[in-house]
This record gives sequence, C-alpha cells and structure tokens, in this order.
Amino acid sequence: MHPLSRLICRTAVVYLAAGAVLGGCLLTAKALATFPSLWRLRPLHVEWLAVGWMTQLAMGVAFWIFPRRGSASREGRMRAAFVLLNVGLALVTLGTLASWNALVTAGRLAEMSAAPAFVSAVGPRVRAIGTHGKAPKSLRKG
Amino acid sequence: MPPPARWFIKTAFVFLVIALGFGAALAVRTGAPAGFWRPAVVHLFVVGWLTQLIFGVAYWLFPRHSRERPYGPTGLAWAAYGLLNLGLALRAVAEPGLSLWAWDGWRALLTASAVMQTLGVLAFAVYLWPRIKTR
Repeated sequence: MHPLSRLICRTAVVYLAAGAVLGGCLLTAKALATFPSLWRLRPLHVEWLAVGWMTQLAMGVAFWIFPRRGSASREGRMRAAFVLLNVGLALVTLGTLASWNALVTAGRLAEMSAAPAFVSAVGPRVRAIGTHGKAPKSLRKG
Repeated sequence: MPPPARWFIKTAFVFLVIALGFGAALAVRTGAPAGFWRPAVVHLFVVGWLTQLIFGVAYWLFPRHSRERPYGPTGLAWAAYGLLNLGLALRAVAEPGLSLWAWDGWRALLTASAVMQTLGVLAFAVYLWPRIKTR
C-alpha cells in the first residue's frame, strides 16, 4: 500500500471510530430519553461517517489500487485532496460545535475543493490494465 | 476469499434486500416511510449493507497482517461481525418498538443495541488498523 494511501485509510478509520462512538451516544440518549442537547451533534455523526469514513476510505483505496500511469503517481494532487478534505471536516466539526455557520460553509467549500483534486489525481488511472505502464504489485501477484 | 469476508459480504447482501424491501413496503403502505421506522431503515442500509460490505472487502483485500498469520487476530473480526449484526437486528426491532408499543424493555434493548453496534465497529477498527500498512 502506498504511504499516502495508508495515511488516508488510517484517517478514515479514525473517523469510523469517532462516528460510531458518537452514534452510540446518540442512540443511547434516544433510548433513555436523556441529554436532548446531544442531538445537536447528529450532523457530525453523518459527516464523520459519510465523508470522513466512507468517502475518505474510497479515496485511499482508489489511490492505492487503481492502475498506475507510468511513473507519474500525481501524489501532489492526492495530497492536496487529502488536506482539503480533512481541513473541511475539521472546519465543519468546529462550526457545528460552535454553532457558527460561516465555519461550516468554509468547511463544505474545502470538502468540495477536494473532489476535483482527487479526480485529477486518480481519474487518468481509470483505464484497462496494461494500456500504459504497470499494474500495482498487489494486482500483479493475483 | 476467507470465511469472515464471505460472512460480512453475504450478510451485507441480506441487509441490502431487507433495507430496500422495507423502504419500498413502507412507501407503498403510507406514501412515505413513517418517521419512527426511518432511522432503523436508514441504518439497515448504511450500516448493514454499505459498512458491512466495506468491512468484508477490506478484510479480504487489505495487505496481509503477517506471513505467519495473514489475516491477523481473526477472533476480533468475528467479534465485530457478531456484535454489529446482533446490535443492528436489535435496533431494527427496538427503535420502532419504542415509538409503537408502551413497554419499558424497549429502552434497555435499544441501549444494548447502541453498545453492541459501537463495540462492533470499534472491534473492526482495531482489527483493521495493523493491516493498513505498506507491506
């Protein structure tokens, strides 16, 4: 696994754990009809799991496993996508905790900017194996 | 494909059918999924199908733990499988039950469901962590 993919996938797992713990707290609060103010954090549960976990894991795995285009891995663009996505997640988290909409909006814009960076990093690698360069070791081994 | 991966993935298929079937049935019956069913149905889809499919594929595809134990501590993965699915099934019954029928037991069942799902996910996160590596 590429070191950058490892970083992205491990960050995704951290969001998985955080999202699950928050979800568990929300469901317990619902079951026991207690801490109603906790429900203010429900958007974070969704954000951490949908963007922080699922989207980020998909990005990390795609960068790891898609066919390589010669020697150009476009690592810089992928690194930019990772930074933008996680800065966005952090801003959305802070904005939600502080009930500060401008921060949430800034976070969403950063997340949005991560998408073209990711697509430009990985998009050219979506092609048939063997048309350019070599497949990653993991695929060559079968 | 090793057994835990197969179980995760095949159970995910079952949840896919149940979640979409449930959603369709509620829409046909009421015009739109009733509010108290909605969270359970959404979680059957997102946790039972999507998350569980990811877990199964990750178990199968991610770099091997070691030469001696390619899949690492499989007991932890099985614990995650059991806790996640038991917790999810319990939620599918207890969450609508809490809104539909007056019985104090629903609260305990729903709390147990929350604990089991959380522990299940945490168990898998701990299991997967050492397999996210550069060979």
